[in-house]
Amino acid sequence: MPSYVNPEKCDGCKGGDKTVCMYICPNDLMILDPEAMKAYNQEPDQCWECYSCVKSCPQGAISVRHYADFAPLNGTCQPMRGTTDIMWTVKFRNGAVLRFKYPIRTTPEGSADPTVGGKEPDPGLINTNQLFTEAVDGKEPVKPKEVLNKKFEVGALGKTLKIKTA
Amino acid sequence: MPKIWSYNAGLECAEPEIVEKETDILLVGGGMAACGAAVEAVRWAKPHGLRIILCDKAAMERSGAVAQGLSAINTYIGENTPDDYVRMVRCDLMGIVREDLSFDVGRHVDDTVHCFEEWGLPIWKKDPNTGKTLDGAEAKAKGLTLKGGAQPVRSGRWQIMINGESYKVIVAEAAKNALEGYENAEIIERCFIVRPLLDANEPNRCAGAVGFSVRENKVFIIKANAVLVSTGGAVNIFRPRSIGEGKGRAWYPVWNPGSGYAMCAQAGAKLVLMENRFVPTRFKDGYGPVGAWFLLFKARATNAFGEDYLQKNKEELKKFVPYSEASVIGTCLRNHAMLLEMEVGRGPIFIHTEWALEEAAKKMDKKEFKQYIAEAWEDFLDMTVSQAGLWACLNVEPEKAPSEIMPSEPYLLGSHAGCAGAWCCGPDEDWVPEEYKAPWKEIGLYNRMTTVKGLFCAGDTVGACGHKFSSGAHVEGRIAAKAMVKFCLDNKDYKPTPKENPEDLKKEIYDPWYRFEQYKNTSTHYEVNPNYLLPRQVQDRLMKLMDEYVAGASTFYKTNKIMLERGLELLKMLKEDMELTAARDLHELMRAYENRHRVWTAEAHLLHILFREETRYPGYFYRTDFPNLDEANWRCFTLSSYNSETKEWTLETYPYVQIIPDPLGP
Repeated sequence: MPSYVNPEKCDGCKGGDKTVCMYICPNDLMILDPEAMKAYNQEPDQCWECYSCVKSCPQGAISVRHYADFAPLNGTCQPMRGTTDIMWTVKFRNGAVLRFKYPIRTTPEGSADPTVGGKEPDPGLINTNQLFTEAVDGKEPVKPKEVLNKKFEVGALGKTLKIKTA
Repeated sequence: MPKIWSYNAGLECAEPEIVEKETDILLVGGGMAACGAAVEAVRWAKPHGLRIILCDKAAMERSGAVAQGLSAINTYIGENTPDDYVRMVRCDLMGIVREDLSFDVGRHVDDTVHCFEEWGLPIWKKDPNTGKTLDGAEAKAKGLTLKGGAQPVRSGRWQIMINGESYKVIVAEAAKNALEGYENAEIIERCFIVRPLLDANEPNRCAGAVGFSVRENKVFIIKANAVLVSTGGAVNIFRPRSIGEGKGRAWYPVWNPGSGYAMCAQAGAKLVLMENRFVPTRFKDGYGPVGAWFLLFKARATNAFGEDYLQKNKEELKKFVPYSEASVIGTCLRNHAMLLEMEVGRGPIFIHTEWALEEAAKKMDKKEFKQYIAEAWEDFLDMTVSQAGLWACLNVEPEKAPSEIMPSEPYLLGSHAGCAGAWCCGPDEDWVPEEYKAPWKEIGLYNRMTTVKGLFCAGDTVGACGHKFSSGAHVEGRIAAKAMVKFCLDNKDYKPTPKENPEDLKKEIYDPWYRFEQYKNTSTHYEVNPNYLLPRQVQDRLMKLMDEYVAGASTFYKTNKIMLERGLELLKMLKEDMELTAARDLHELMRAYENRHRVWTAEAHLLHILFREETRYPGYFYRTDFPNLDEANWRCFTLSSYNSETKEWTLETYPYVQIIPDPLGP
């Protein structure tokens, strides 16, 4: 069932301020059963296997059992996502294992500066076509090198169709 | 309650609280375009104290099409020119695009990529001394940046390779920091905006939007001066090739239900080229990306018998001159050649990863080759983990065996290699032809504004401006946001007055739940009840009829006038039944509106295909009654608009103006 939760590891994020998988799932699939204090995927056939829940679960309780339609059992990809890298363990159906490590970001978490350097653009430049970074850098957006502006006079011009659908 | 009436409810619905808000700028969506809009809007809004609200259906950190990550940025101009970028876009999209919009993306997009790098996105570089590949972290350690003039690793002419697992996390972080660092801004996550609000006093004026929380029983009524619809494309409108669990493994994100197209149509905004669709050829079933395999690893694809299907069908492709003879043959034409092979039974189509890696191994030592294989796996693990998983499940080692590739079910989108969407204003500059300004003369020329005053688009929702991809969507959000600030300053005295009162809106929005409560005990099984359909049932019927009548995969993407008209009859009845959707919980209430958006999008798609009497995009769909490309008659835009008073769609043609001189392609 695409992403699934190991009940032995899931603690319902009882110590945290939110249920992490439920917070992060882009498709609103992960949900906490407050009585069992366990999370589950409430609509497995709408799971994209994006691994957002798998990567963010603080207990490492979530895995993916790939789509039953076309994936034979027992192949898995399990990530360990840190602050600068991600490690993947890929296990094949035949038992072979591959391990990979890739960088994921080059700056400390939380540090992305939306002003890109702290300078504010001159508000008077609102009427130009400069984006704020270009305004700060005094960069002028280019125009086409050569302009043809040829209108195509084709046969279907003037054709219309009106249709009521309700 | 006896067991027969029990069901496993998610977050339960209850009588909702009405939350009314008023803002200057409302950003609908949280993906790349919305994040770009947030970053840009704050900088220009701040000196004037303009208010900004962003509503995301999910959590920004992992929402939108880039949620899972990406292994490449597909639009980086670098050593190329925006002029050539426009040529590439127009050639791939068969000669009809808004060149003003594409040029505008092309001239700004590198700036946005430089922002990503600054924020922490690792971008591969060429080592200036050895010419070898450095990953993004190694490059950063050496102080190599794009802005500083370092060379990226190009997989194609426009694409650069990244270590992009956290691409969206990083971009969303900057957007959130922008909004959270500004006292007049607010982020509302898990708020699904479902339709625009129109002004009671001023015709053709957007006054805000309405939606609801998928976490708490709250209906949000947000009055706004300017609204940005940046909501993503349309997925699972057609029956997918995998109909079990694999339905979720859509190529584009399964949570994109065409909300932007539906909301623009409902507002009365004009849509453009809604007949356009994208049928990506991808690794079969897992939908792993093929771009890096074809471009970076130089893999070749063949039919079952090792034959190159493009060569084999060269004569047939000549029917589509000049698009088939441009420097790079159009994506749909490559599909066309592949489909010809599949139809006559010369499938499966293989991508020969083993040949490509064998060639590469000749030029490398063992260690380098190991790294090369790791890069190949990263391509999947960064953006489509399922494909890596499928290889593992099938014991596929790409250096030893080929994989199947296949054209998928159709998707509608405006950012990737497609161009469906809203008809939007471009930059108001002297080089832009009169034809691309005239539609906005009355309501004002604001970049990326639709034909409804105050309603803007960016990313997948902007039509006739494809091949933007992630970076282009982000920069288009920025372009739109700046124009929205200007719009708000120019319309300072506007007081948004929605047509409907809050109580009626609440009743309308929660109707699926009220319906469920009213009828739930009229059957012993909640899923089979003559008084309503569940959202999933609406979607199943939609996907089946679109597949069967509107050129889905099961008819080899073929249709004709009679089929379309039959499909339209069935779609009309589905649209009526859709009003009788029931929702048992908040999750299903979300699905109810997503599927309404799907049906609206599907209707526009069908009508546009009916209207365009030619086969403009062979390989994506065919009008068998008009099987040829018809340049003399149809090299023009198709526009549609919906009139909510008369309930009538109007389709019309509009002239295409070529701005950038020939050659056709770059």
